[in-house]
Amino acid sequence: MSGSDGMTREAYRVLEGWLRSAPPQLLEHRRDEAELLFRKVGITFAVYGNAEAEERLIPFDIIPRIMSGPEWAHLSRGLEQRARALNLFLKDIYGAREILRAGIVPPDLIFQNPHYRPQMNGLAVSGGIYVQVAGIDVVRVDDQDFYVLEDNLRTPSGVSYMLENREVMLRLFPDLMAMQRIRPIENYVDELFATLKSVAPERSASDPVVVLLTPGSYNSAYYEHSFLADRMGVELVEGRDLVVRDEVVYMRTTEGPKRVDVIYSRLDDDFLDPLVFRPDSALGVPGLIAAYRAGNVTIANAPGTGVADDKAIYSYVPDIVRFYMGEEPILKNVPTWRCRERESMSYVLDNLHELVVKQVNGSGGYGMLVGPHSTTEMCEHFRGLIRANPDNYVAQPTLALSTSPVFTQSGLAPRHVDLRPFVLTGRDGVRMVPGGLTRVALKEGSLVVNSSQGGGTKDTWVLSE
Amino acid sequence: MLSRDADSLYWLSRYVERAENLARVLDVAYRMASMPLSYNGVDSNEWESALITAGAMEEFKEVYDEVTPERVIEFLAFSEANPSSIQCCFDTARQNARSVRGALTSEMWEAINSAWLDLRRLNVQKIRVQDLPRFLNLVKETSLRYDGSAMRTMLRNDAYWFSRLGVYVERADNTARVLDVKYHVLLPKDAEVGGGIDYYQWAAILRSVSALVSYQWVYHQNLRPWLVADLLILRQEMPRSLAACYAALSSHLDDIAHRYGTTGPSQKLARSAHARLTNRTIDDIFQDGLHEFLQDFIDENNRLGHSITSQYLC
Repeated sequence: MSGSDGMTREAYRVLEGWLRSAPPQLLEHRRDEAELLFRKVGITFAVYGNAEAEERLIPFDIIPRIMSGPEWAHLSRGLEQRARALNLFLKDIYGAREILRAGIVPPDLIFQNPHYRPQMNGLAVSGGIYVQVAGIDVVRVDDQDFYVLEDNLRTPSGVSYMLENREVMLRLFPDLMAMQRIRPIENYVDELFATLKSVAPERSASDPVVVLLTPGSYNSAYYEHSFLADRMGVELVEGRDLVVRDEVVYMRTTEGPKRVDVIYSRLDDDFLDPLVFRPDSALGVPGLIAAYRAGNVTIANAPGTGVADDKAIYSYVPDIVRFYMGEEPILKNVPTWRCRERESMSYVLDNLHELVVKQVNGSGGYGMLVGPHSTTEMCEHFRGLIRANPDNYVAQPTLALSTSPVFTQSGLAPRHVDLRPFVLTGRDGVRMVPGGLTRVALKEGSLVVNSSQGGGTKDTWVLSE
Repeated sequence: MLSRDADSLYWLSRYVERAENLARVLDVAYRMASMPLSYNGVDSNEWESALITAGAMEEFKEVYDEVTPERVIEFLAFSEANPSSIQCCFDTARQNARSVRGALTSEMWEAINSAWLDLRRLNVQKIRVQDLPRFLNLVKETSLRYDGSAMRTMLRNDAYWFSRLGVYVERADNTARVLDVKYHVLLPKDAEVGGGIDYYQWAAILRSVSALVSYQWVYHQNLRPWLVADLLILRQEMPRSLAACYAALSSHLDDIAHRYGTTGPSQKLARSAHARLTNRTIDDIFQDGLHEFLQDFIDENNRLGHSITSQYLC
């Protein structure tokens, strides 16, 4: 909440004054109330490998994270630039491959990437857009700059928490929220719906039929799937609800088969169509990709977008931005050592205790090493892993991540936070709502904010000024 | 709407209704069993009747050899070995609710979810026979809250109609079973016996479908077995009667047919069953055999359930 000069940031002034005058038990009461609200509406999150806690609440912190208007303006320009560049990159990779010919990205990073989908080659996607919904994780390191930690271009989740967090805050702190001009985010669902409709196949009717495809109610993000479908007023379908006939996708309804134009898929592309991808997938729809190829349906995000969001490609994104946009990237990348490069690997091995080591294809905070918080044995273990398979690892310095105040058992305390804004790209442009999902590491000193690893969330306020 | 969603709504309502019916059956058994023996008749075993009404005798026998109050309560209310126990009904109901969350209003979801959470918190091992009424109240209140929320907050469209179909198919089945288990005390030869014993049996039947007071309002006279049967089978104004259930079923099926612009076998089945209930008198039914009538009805009701499923839900 303070800048590098130790003074309270302008954006936090009102909150600070309000906290100072609030009676001590008030925050505790509001926190309990918040927990009750979340439990009652059933916003839960399933944690894999934890049968006991099949449905757990993501811890919610009641102290908001606040950004000023100009900060957001800068950040959002950078996000838009990045999202546009990544879309152009994907179009190029599955098309002309100019960036490979220009020698900017090494071809083996594409063609040996487990998320590369040769089935997408030469397939004309609607509007030339591959990533309709991106979640781009950023952190602030100093007063000016945001660094991108990770691009999530496959099935980014968390937006329902962003929206529910705001709803809960409006119920719990109407007085505090009335004291300043906080920009609304409630229109996210409308923007999402407009984006999805904009990428409907050109031949579809003026009011295209959109559905949300979920792996089912056992998926960890099922709550979000049903939340979004409900708010958009579209059907929440599973693979078994869809059927393909003559390269057209239909859903089974009480009135018989109904044609589907746009599928907002929250299913890993591996599972989409057993005829094309994993043959053992029971979650997908046989024939779906044939219908997609025929231009009869749009899948958002497109299959194969994972090739642009893994941690090996990540380090090339600044170059990707320059190549397609002809501009300097507005958002910085965290300096990244690619262990595939000999010199980088020896640097990483020598400085392991100061670095964060990540698997190129890992996600959810699993399989990573946070050097400064690891024992010598763990470092040794990773040293072996890196040597055995250097291509699979990248390393980054531990950043002086910004912190945000969190309400803990012993009062307010600083914790590390990141931010996942959601960037929507349609045929008619890029849309965003101000802010995003702020994730917070609840353990003191911890840098891991993933909800599967005990991270929490808080509301994010972008002020008008 | 999606067939799978319609199916979930239909079964969600059926399971909530089933849980409530079980609660009523257990409630009556509990009341009867706590009466002095002389009121009950020597050979009556209320706990056994409860098992038969719930259609759970066979499953029970697989787990227990002897019928005791504690075991029946355990089996009908909490047992995981019994897929139709109240506990399992709520588990299944919530699973269905979760998968069709978008089609439920938040009030309906909260009714199911909070009951499910309450039941989970309950220490089943510690429930004693005396605690039963309180538990059963929770179940009945949940069903009322769910049903009331549905009536008050749902859009009147196919989602609503499919959820109502579930309620009435289940309710009709339950009323028919309650009557069938006790059909022998309703027969004229038993009526001649008269006296206190049968009176309590008749009252118990009415109570298990919360119709004891309604009886007085409709007939203005002492309990007569054929009038008890008349009330629960043929009276349209009695909300749990077979006739009322079928009036609702055929009207909601017509709503659906009208909205979709096409009718099918379910509409036909419901309409003809309803017509048969409207055109008969209780004397006819007794003449042909009450037990046979009820058995036929239960079969026919099942057929309607299957027909709804194949016409709309898969």
